[in-house]
Amino acid sequence: MMTGTMEHTARTPQHHPDSEFLMDYAGGALREPLAVLIATHLSFCGRCRAEVARLEALGGSLMEGLPRERMSAGSLGRLLRRLDREGEEERPMVMDRGDPAVPYPLRPYLARLGSARGGGWANLPWKKRLKDVGEITLLDSFPGFQTRLMRIAGGSAVPAHTHGGMELTLVLEGGFSDSTGQYLPGDVAYADDALSHQPVADEGHDCICLAVTDAPLKLTGPIARLFNPFIRS
Amino acid sequence: MLAGVAVEALHNVNQTRYSPRAMQPQPSLTDLISDVANRRDREAFALLFDHFAPRLKSYFFKLGVSDQAAEDFVQEVMLTVWRKAELFDSAQAGVSTWIFTIARNKRIDAIRRERRPEIDPEDPAIKGDEDPAPDDVVHASQMGDRVRSAVAELPAAQAELVRMSYFEDKSHTVIAEELGLPLGTVKSRIRLAVQRLRGLVGETI
Repeated sequence: MMTGTMEHTARTPQHHPDSEFLMDYAGGALREPLAVLIATHLSFCGRCRAEVARLEALGGSLMEGLPRERMSAGSLGRLLRRLDREGEEERPMVMDRGDPAVPYPLRPYLARLGSARGGGWANLPWKKRLKDVGEITLLDSFPGFQTRLMRIAGGSAVPAHTHGGMELTLVLEGGFSDSTGQYLPGDVAYADDALSHQPVADEGHDCICLAVTDAPLKLTGPIARLFNPFIRS
Repeated sequence: MLAGVAVEALHNVNQTRYSPRAMQPQPSLTDLISDVANRRDREAFALLFDHFAPRLKSYFFKLGVSDQAAEDFVQEVMLTVWRKAELFDSAQAGVSTWIFTIARNKRIDAIRRERRPEIDPEDPAIKGDEDPAPDDVVHASQMGDRVRSAVAELPAAQAELVRMSYFEDKSHTVIAEELGLPLGTVKSRIRLAVQRLRGLVGETI
């Protein structure tokens, strides 16, 4: 815990996502917008990486305990024949696209924006929302979710707001403070209906955040299922 | 476990190192994976299939897919096991845990049609040094019975939430909506469950 000397050394995040988010991420139930935020936090936070590994081990144990469903006759034989068609050649590793200055889980999403490689946050196509606030929508095909990068000029405030649903905010660069504390890179802030907050970016440096709000539309789940051919009706 | 489907399907395989008649200790799942990785050993692979396929089918069934789709997903998961066996690192996770994560990612990709954002453990930019003590994680996955009985000892409402999150593709916010419970109630029950599992089986969960 060396929070005093964080200038250029890796700082351990002090604000973590609650364990229900880590469990949903480990178990696979977390929807993609929130999973992006959690995975990005994990690239800052060894403690939560360890917790996710333990929760995945819980998943492995629970799977071992599932009742055994009979496989159809010949399924192993079919699979073994498929292996015959597998080439012995090495599969090429998927090349990592995107900006190495950006945490790994975010790279494919930023690459989609067509941003210049290696330019860091500054070169992204920011849209001005307020005088001191820029934003970029990252995933727009998830009804009920809003997934945005926010850039708040150093020393500026985001107008006070409440949330229809809940909001997770992960600091990527710089920092901000609100009534619940100070948040620095890797920290996750949680806010919901009960909280009206006014984040203020720390002086001297733009604050870059990933903010995901989740205000599920009641119909999202069932309709998504209706159109999904794999779901049994 | 050695009899039946696997052995039957192996009539073409000459080796019988895993024959039930051999007076050898039963190979561990980890041994089987490393035989697949190092020797492309089909007999070992068939035994892994025998062990995991029925459980994987159960896993996909719980997500509401048809019998045929469940079998197809099992095939794809086991094909991934075959292809990626050399990437399995027994210092990082148990075999069941590794295969669970492959099945989970298959469900996200094929059933929910979403991308699975993950960290790259080799990323030099990765920060923090409290990665799991490998022994803890492997130990956790090997103490399956203890973990399952710990889950069985959870209050019913807590165990139900764990089950829904892992096996029904329902995040805690969706669960709150479906059960008509305040989000805060669901959150605190899950936190209690995780704490309690820690208390019951130690820091390794």
